[in-house]
Amino acid sequence: MTPALEVSHLTTQFTSGSGKVTAVDDVSFAVMPGQVLGLVGESGSGKSVTLRSLLRLLPRTAQIEGRVIWQGQDLIGMSEKQLRSVRGGDISMIFQEPMTALNPVLPVWLQIDENLRTHTSLSASERVARARELMDLVGISDAPRRLLQYPHQFSGGMRQRVMIAIALASNPKLLLADEPTTALDVTIQDQILKLILSLRDKLAMSVVLVTHDLGVVATTCDHMAVMYAGRIVETGAVSSVFAQPSHAYTRGLLGSVPRAGTQRSQLLSIEGTPPSLSAIPKGCSFHPRCEFATDICRRSTPAMLPQSATHAAACFHSDRVIAAGSPVGAQ
Amino acid sequence: MMERREILLSAENVSKNFAFPRSLTQRLTGKPAVAVHALNGVSFDLHRGETLGIVGESGCGKSTLARCLVRLHDCDEGRIMFEGRDVAALKGTERRQFNARVQMIFQDPYSSLNPRMRVRQILAEALGVHKMKPKAQIPARIAELLDLVRLPADAADKYPHEFSGGQRQRIGIARALAVEPEVLVADELVSALDVSVQAQVVNLLLQLQEQLHLTVVFVAHDLRLVRHISHRVAVMYLGKIVELGQTEALFTAPRHPYTKVLLDAAPELDPARRSKTVAVKGELPSPVNLPTGCLFNTRCPHAFNRCFTDRPVLTARDPDHLAACHLTDFGLPFQNELTA
Repeated sequence: MTPALEVSHLTTQFTSGSGKVTAVDDVSFAVMPGQVLGLVGESGSGKSVTLRSLLRLLPRTAQIEGRVIWQGQDLIGMSEKQLRSVRGGDISMIFQEPMTALNPVLPVWLQIDENLRTHTSLSASERVARARELMDLVGISDAPRRLLQYPHQFSGGMRQRVMIAIALASNPKLLLADEPTTALDVTIQDQILKLILSLRDKLAMSVVLVTHDLGVVATTCDHMAVMYAGRIVETGAVSSVFAQPSHAYTRGLLGSVPRAGTQRSQLLSIEGTPPSLSAIPKGCSFHPRCEFATDICRRSTPAMLPQSATHAAACFHSDRVIAAGSPVGAQ
Repeated sequence: MMERREILLSAENVSKNFAFPRSLTQRLTGKPAVAVHALNGVSFDLHRGETLGIVGESGCGKSTLARCLVRLHDCDEGRIMFEGRDVAALKGTERRQFNARVQMIFQDPYSSLNPRMRVRQILAEALGVHKMKPKAQIPARIAELLDLVRLPADAADKYPHEFSGGQRQRIGIARALAVEPEVLVADELVSALDVSVQAQVVNLLLQLQEQLHLTVVFVAHDLRLVRHISHRVAVMYLGKIVELGQTEALFTAPRHPYTKVLLDAAPELDPARRSKTVAVKGELPSPVNLPTGCLFNTRCPHAFNRCFTDRPVLTARDPDHLAACHLTDFGLPFQNELTA
């Protein structure tokens, strides 16, 4: 099977007052048709910048290198004009904060209509019908009335549904979701994640889901990539990574989340804090926090090494990490 | 199960409203002001030495309850009792003593520390207000506190902005511990922190509780965290406790439909056990116009006639496990759906 999206050696740098900052460093991954890929990491790990780099949705100070192959074309080398037909067309994006992502002074139907006008050739009456259909699709009842309302008249969960409706207006083949449920309560998060999964099935989309919540990854994604300090440190099928984390950071992250059966015991925490992007440690960027680190980790940067056909990790000590066992394995 | 029955702090039918200012039309027409009903009759006991988790979605009143417990808010109805005395009636020295013995740690490590004060001043202020130590002993106490929360001694002369979120939360803990409290009320202690840092702070809290024999009220929205840390858990919905019980009993055999909905919705950390239940419909009703009858009736999959007329009270089938649900009278039909 050929991947729907293939990202290779993606590097994004920002020029700031104090020089260049590398937010995304040599990131490569692929998304298969119909697959949900989870990009996981803590704040500052570069997961959101990676997602935005795919569509070049970044300020001018950003320099993006590498290749993002979508249907045989490279999105990074593409002209701005060409890219505009892909953005919000074949590839749509939803954002974390639905209040700031929606325009507060336009009624919802106009915001859906905007996308329909740009990316489809429907007539005015067809667009109205399509907007109603989209509202039904994302589970907002009473569409004719709700379409006339403004974003502030919707709750947080409903706003996120509106944003998904806008994203789906053009029948995208790939949905990029940047922490779509982080601002929502757990019951609403459950509704939205299940909605995204059912739409994936119904519309045969691929999804890239950025999240910091490993629970969301476990319940929603097929494949996952763990990011740390701008790099992917481990990638693989979700079940495989959870059963056998092969990078010390992934293992620590899994151990940091409380789970049933460990009540009031000490969690397997990771010492220290994630590095600032302007001061990324040399060698393996995780080594100052790593309990497995040796001299080689301080000297050189580990390359991604395959653990199996679908599982790879960038760690010199994968063997020892695997031997230490998965904190979530024995359930 | 250990006997931890000495009641240290208790809430008795506590209600708290926040009224909006009356609009001009409301004044002219003589209509009363509208109010947010943040707490609607909350009662529970806090036992010495335990950790009581308070969990619920945003807007359920859990932070208001935390603030009422430390008397940052006064209750509109009901009362908070500390060692058998009504907290609202405490004055002068007694009130100060209460404030020292029941301390709060705040959610946001960025706005809860004064950016213009050094850590030394932040900690000394707490000690000064409560006149806990003679001046000469204050530096030693500050060093001791920093050591307690695993911060280096040179942290005392730094400003809050020089620390990461996790370290700031440690400073917040040190400030609360400065006056040697017996009860710590932690409102979303780690929700602003990254996962790996959350674990550090949670580990620290567990160690400190052991070391200093603290009683902890742990307010959070994260079910996994609450389950990990609490001896008992109270689940709140729209300003009421809907279920209160021993942690494991509550998590494995919930007695209120809302608790079950909440547990089903929480993403499981195991890819092999994906939730197959249908997501609960609807959202939290407005706390301004509360539903009549049971507050959960707009979303409850099991609601029947009585749920729309009578508001259920928190009752016990067994003394350790309370639930406010009419279904408890009928032997819990939804329990059959629980997948073991």
